[in-house]
Amino acid sequence: MDYLKSSLAAPGVVLIELNRPEKRNALNNATLKELADHLQQLDVDSSVKAVVITGNPQCFAAGADLNELAQLDVVSIQQDQRPLLWKGIDEFSKPLIMAVNGYALGAGFELALHGDMIVAGENAQFALPEIGLGMLPGAGGTQRLARLVGQQLAMRWAMTGEMVSATTALQHGISSQVCPSGLTVQYALELATKIAAQAPLAIRAIKQSLKSIHEVTLSQGLKLERQHFVWLAATQDRQEGIQAFLEKRKPEFRGV
Amino acid sequence: MDYQTIIVEEKNAVGYLTFNRPKQLNSFNETMHQEVSKVMKSWAKDSKIRAVVISAEGRGFCAGQDLNDRVVDPNADAPDLGLSIEKYYNPLIKLITDMPKPVLCAVNGVAAGAGANIALACDIVLAAKSASFIQAFCRLGLVPDSGGTWFLPRLVGRAQAMGLAMLGDKVSAEQALQLGMIWQVVEDDQLKAEAEKMAEHLAKQPTYGLSLIKKAIHAAADNNLDEQLILERDLQRLAGRSSDYKEGVQAFMQKRTPQYTGC
Repeated sequence: MDYLKSSLAAPGVVLIELNRPEKRNALNNATLKELADHLQQLDVDSSVKAVVITGNPQCFAAGADLNELAQLDVVSIQQDQRPLLWKGIDEFSKPLIMAVNGYALGAGFELALHGDMIVAGENAQFALPEIGLGMLPGAGGTQRLARLVGQQLAMRWAMTGEMVSATTALQHGISSQVCPSGLTVQYALELATKIAAQAPLAIRAIKQSLKSIHEVTLSQGLKLERQHFVWLAATQDRQEGIQAFLEKRKPEFRGV
Repeated sequence: MDYQTIIVEEKNAVGYLTFNRPKQLNSFNETMHQEVSKVMKSWAKDSKIRAVVISAEGRGFCAGQDLNDRVVDPNADAPDLGLSIEKYYNPLIKLITDMPKPVLCAVNGVAAGAGANIALACDIVLAAKSASFIQAFCRLGLVPDSGGTWFLPRLVGRAQAMGLAMLGDKVSAEQALQLGMIWQVVEDDQLKAEAEKMAEHLAKQPTYGLSLIKKAIHAAADNNLDEQLILERDLQRLAGRSSDYKEGVQAFMQKRTPQYTGC
């Protein structure tokens, strides 16, 4: 991989670092493809329980690659592979945690919004500056942001490109935690490790159930949740979990 | 580097920034804002500078905004005073409070308006016996700016803050000390030497650790206890990884004076 570094950071936890520092981790097609492909591999690798994506201390990802974008006309943009790559990232079925330090702008912000959780360093700055280029966010920025923070703020931020601080992001539910920047990756990995120790099938069901909330009505969602609930009753991990609780010991989950 | 409105000196890891418009009681004009900002920004990044001293030439410390820049024509539209605050004073206060090293202020004379609040934004304030502080804003129909309304209640409590801000009385250095506004009062002719001594001491201390202390105390003004305890844990975690912490512990065990590098 040219633009990513990937390592096993803890048992079951893979850390992916965007690694194009000279371009402030701009998400060109090649980077995005590497990321989507790599996530696909990790998705089928049963030893992987959770994934953390980060950038570097100054920059998560500062947007798409403008040189690439500039070359696309209306025809070629229709045939662009990027939407498929984004879809691939969105369909990753295991817990995906974004450890954001510094700038998460445009496509960088949108990538962060693809995570199930965001842990932000206090130097994190989120923004959708596409409007300044006469464009709009093209990878779910308007959609995911509005669902998180509501229409008022999403309109404002998408129409002005204003920077959103880590504190503001936390207040409005964009991230679940703010910490000193020097600890962001560590805390994201600790979170991932905690999750990696849980029953994988239950984690998967939780992710599916929660990701459906913007797709279906409440009553459909409740049905879906119920189906997951019933289905999990057939797993050995559920038995183990309850038994361990009753016997006052730590459960040993095996993903079956 | 030549400056028109300030004097800049770097000595023994201390950066000295001296306001130098003594005839105008060191009040700020645009040039002075730009020069101060440039120096403070460079020191914030310069690891060779491990403490900063802000002081002033002449008999006054700083009279805040130079009102000659703001002559009010009674027939003109109301001026936008928010503009110069947004552009200059607010960023200046942030440069002081965000500076990852101790910022001392040596108040040599009258500190009025924004001048008083620039002093109060510093981490440790020394004042000459003849120095004084005035929240002059109320007399012109204005609001204490440059963090005044934030710093004052936190330094002296609400009752005293209201009195200071609404009456605009001159507060002597001794009174300021009694109120808890400042750290120390020294004889006029000792001010420079005392500030230098303290700055040189601080410049040999664990600068990174001091920057985390500064951060924690500033954050405490907004955090509740639970949040602050978590922040203390986080900052201690970072501090414990510094080389100065290692050196401090080793020096203690070996019963010698630690040699801190600031990182």
